[in-house]
Order: sequence, then C-alpha cells, then structure tokens
Amino acid sequence: MSVKINVTGEVVTAYLGGELDHHSAKEMREEIDSAVELNMPTLLILDFKDISFMDSSGIGLVMGRYRNLQKSGAQMHITNIPQGIYKVMKLAGMERLAQLEKGE
Amino acid sequence: MITNKFTMTMLSKSSNESFARSCVAAFASQLDPTLEEISDIKTAVSEAITNCIVHAYCEKIGKIYINGELLDNNTIKLKIRDTGCGIENISQAMEPLFTTVGGERAGLGFAVMQSFMDSVKVRSVKDKGTTVVMTKRISPRYKING
Ligand SMILES: Nc1ncnc2c1ncn2[C@@H]1O[C@H](COP(=O)(O)OP(=O)(O)OP(=O)(O)O)[C@@H](O)[C@H]1O
Ligand SMILES: [Mg+2]
Repeated sequence: MSVKINVTGEVVTAYLGGELDHHSAKEMREEIDSAVELNMPTLLILDFKDISFMDSSGIGLVMGRYRNLQKSGAQMHITNIPQGIYKVMKLAGMERLAQLEKGE
Repeated sequence: MITNKFTMTMLSKSSNESFARSCVAAFASQLDPTLEEISDIKTAVSEAITNCIVHAYCEKIGKIYINGELLDNNTIKLKIRDTGCGIENISQAMEPLFTTVGGERAGLGFAVMQSFMDSVKVRSVKDKGTTVVMTKRISPRYKING
C-alpha cells in the first residue's frame, strides 16, 4: 500500500499503489483525507495507475471521498484505471460521481 | 465430478484477505484461466472473505473456512464459511447498495460476487454463521501449437 501526494495550485493528486482492499483502505483513506483537509483543493485526482487489485472496499473509499468533497463543492477525477479495476468502477456506477479515465 | 480440491482454515485477520485470494487464484490457475477470469475470481473471494471479517465476526477474531473444488467441466466451485453472527434477511443483504455498516462501505460485495461469478448461493443461520458457495466456469482455451 502506498500513497504519494502532489499539490499543484488548487489540485491535489493522490497516486495510489498496491492492493486496495479492506486491509489497506484505512491507511489510504487517512492519507488522502489529511491532504484534502490541509490543502482544501477544488479538484481531487485519484491516480490508480499502480493499483494492482481492488474490491468493493475501494468503491467505499471513492464514495467516502466523494461525500467529503461535496461539502466544499470540489470535483473528483479518477485516472489511469487498470482494465480489471475499471470493471468494478463501472459496476458500481462510479462514473456518476467522478470523471473516470482508463489506463492501458 | 470433482477432479481436485483443497481446504484451508484461517483466522479472520484483515492481513489474510490478500493471502486468501492469492491462494484461490493459484489453485484456479490449474484451469488455465485468462487474466480477466483470475481477476474476477480474486475479487469475488475478497468480497466473501472481507464480509466474514467485517460483518460475521465484527473485526473480532474467528475462523474462516475455505473450500475449493475443480469440476470436470472446467468449473471452479468455492465455499467460504464463517461461524459468525449470520444474516437474518439474505435477499435483502444481497440487494445492491444494501449495507448494515454505513460510512465507508458501499453495500456492493454481493453484487460484485454475482457479477463476476456464474452462480452465488448463500446459506445463513442467525448466530450460527454463513456459507457462500460460488461457481465459475473457465472458458476452455485450445492450444494452437499443442
Ligand atoms: N458473512 C456475513 N455474516 C454476516 N453478515 C453478512 C455477511 N456477509 C454479508 N453480510 C451482511 O450483508 C450486507 C451486504 O453485504 P455486501 O458485501 O453486499 O455489502 P457490505 O459488505 O455492507 O459493503 P461492501 O462489500 O461494498 O464493502 C452486509 O452489510 C452485512 O449486513
Ligand atoms: Mg461486503
């Protein structure tokens, strides 16, 4: 599990890595939330390029971040989503909450 | 007919989620699945195991029993059982977005299992535990240079 944060102006990008399940979600969530609290972005980008596995715990994480961002009206984008994970995102209807962008 | 099987028992620790789905994936690889089929199986197993940890045992430690069988029609059958709190209303629990734990849970675990496997059956008795049985047929691949 890893989270790297980049802040550029009003955009916070969280580069997520490893397996995103119930075991790893808590730590990822805490790192993303502290970066959002600190920087108050208008756009949060979750980059999934290095995520090798995700189940519905990852959907819970995305939905939870979306709900937090709603309070300030900020947007969310999810980028570089690997094929298998895109399938889970679509099943969960995540395109209604965030702009989804597939990776290779 | 059953051509192969395995059984394992593990504690309901979240660090075992990754271990359990990797074990099942390694077993399933005997059917020569595609990467997508392996990913589907891993995701479904992860859902069932996480439910045992989060719901059945409420993050306390109990035992999770996993049973895998390969059937002769290129099908894998998986049984994941706990002796936790049980589910009172199974059809309600299986509805997409239904969850008894708000906040960080999406209520999509059963929906993922149903979408990624061919069949999902749930048996449960309140205060006795829950058994999830799932099957998936792996598409046979014919070797070109075989
Ligand atoms: N093994 C189990 N023991 C007891 N209750 C269970 C078990 N599995 C599922 N449930 C109940 O069924 C509900 C729905 O399960 P499901 O996996 O679909 O969603 P979730 O676990 O709540 O959320 P998500 O899987 O999206 O994180 C759970 O909220 C829980 O109440
Ligand atoms: Mg679940």
